[in-house]
Amino acid sequence: MNSGDTAWVLVSTAFVLLMTMPGLAFFYGGLVRRKNVLSILMQCFIILCVISIQWVLFGYSLAFGPDFHGIIGNLSWAGLNHVGATPNPDYAATIPHSVFMAFQMMFAVITPALIIGAYAERVKFSAFLIFTILWATFVYDPLAHWVWGAGGWIKSLGALDYAGGIVVHVSSGISALVLAVVLGKRIGYNHKPIRPHNLPFTVLGAALLWFGWFGFNAGSALAADGIAGNAFVTTNTATAAAGLAWALIEWWHNGSPTVLGVATGAVAGLVAITPACGFVNPMNAMFIGIIVAMVCYVAVAIIKGKLGYDDSLDTFGVHGVGGTVGTIATGIFAEKAVNATGNNGLLFGNMHQLLVQCIMWVVAVVFAVVMTYILYKIVDAIIGMRVEEKNEIVGLDLTQQSEAAYTVIE
Amino acid sequence: MKLIIAIIQPHKLDAVKTELEAVGVNLMTVTSVLGQGRQKGHTEIYRGAKEAGGLLTKVRLDIAVNEDFVERTIKAITKGAHTGSVGDGKIFVLDLAECVRISSAERGEKAIG
Repeated sequence: MNSGDTAWVLVSTAFVLLMTMPGLAFFYGGLVRRKNVLSILMQCFIILCVISIQWVLFGYSLAFGPDFHGIIGNLSWAGLNHVGATPNPDYAATIPHSVFMAFQMMFAVITPALIIGAYAERVKFSAFLIFTILWATFVYDPLAHWVWGAGGWIKSLGALDYAGGIVVHVSSGISALVLAVVLGKRIGYNHKPIRPHNLPFTVLGAALLWFGWFGFNAGSALAADGIAGNAFVTTNTATAAAGLAWALIEWWHNGSPTVLGVATGAVAGLVAITPACGFVNPMNAMFIGIIVAMVCYVAVAIIKGKLGYDDSLDTFGVHGVGGTVGTIATGIFAEKAVNATGNNGLLFGNMHQLLVQCIMWVVAVVFAVVMTYILYKIVDAIIGMRVEEKNEIVGLDLTQQSEAAYTVIE
Repeated sequence: MKLIIAIIQPHKLDAVKTELEAVGVNLMTVTSVLGQGRQKGHTEIYRGAKEAGGLLTKVRLDIAVNEDFVERTIKAITKGAHTGSVGDGKIFVLDLAECVRISSAERGEKAIG
């Protein structure tokens, strides 16, 4: 047991909590119309409550518990049985097992929260709650086991996903695309974004995400060591490069650099560096940041409008596409000189790593698409996923939460 | 000269604007207002305390037109704002006594368009 490592992972855990609430909540909350801002804050807050409980009861055991044929953890750690102060060397030999569990809990919390961006402004609260619990149990927990769990079958292939490019971002991003398509567009949406009601909230949220992401990425070292330091530096460098690149692209393409553009670019950079941060050097991180800004810009500003799906807050365009860029980039830029427990990528003579990364991506995408579609059909058949047209027009704050965020007349 | 006041659903503003521009009505004043009609209000709850009768947000358009534009303006607003359910809003038409364009001091019908 190492007190320095334990202290850093405890702090990182709190950092990652801050990403969901208030970080993501305000990032998304500012982007919706004023009549729906509370629904977003509510969904983020309740996910923090619900998934924390799910994780303690059985989620952690499914994802990280003793392996069952590489597919899922068994339930012997349900209720945090056997998860105490003694370290588990399969995951982290120098920190208490309970601290590792808590750190992973915050990842399980933020992943379904990312999906909120796809069905924002039109989902029924009760349906959202049931869908979230099912998705966490049948999509996140198995996928986390395959990629990160001791004995997980994708981990055994040698795939690299340092802090969740696949498990967190591609899984939520692809699921978001499925939901945006099956749920349909918001009333009044026609190929251009509905105007954000409070961009300062969005910028505040993006800044808190950047801050919290140091815990997400550098904390994933599960130690206060040189690899954590490298992850910290690559995270900041890729994010800075992506924010700047997005602003410059927009300046050239649309005539003005926008604050929403810088914030979106920075988040895309954070997403892309997530799977790579512990395996690549800072200069290649800068390159990854520039590439992801270009790819996500095309996805969000050009392709989305042409295809016409209403991914309200661009969960797919930023997290799905950005996570894909990062996962592939890891297979290209990873190097053992940075992290001996990782592997070399294509650039360092190992074509095989790129292939494994692509296999992991295909598996995650197919699994997330199929499962999300099935879970959507089940919930939609039981209570209906979308609110009535009348309620969508009045707004989710008043119709789902019976509250208003702002007074117009005192 | 008439003053046309229309109360519409906020999400129909773009559609109404497009219809108005199509018939040559380009000048308007738009405000965000609260109100309730047959749709009634809604109930809000704050820490267990219920408040019934909350008002809903609507958009109000004020458009001054000459007589020959009245019908087409009414039709354009109706076309753009119509969904067929309660809450679509109302149009009021009032006589307008005078109109002054501040920049040129023009008055009456030629000051409107």
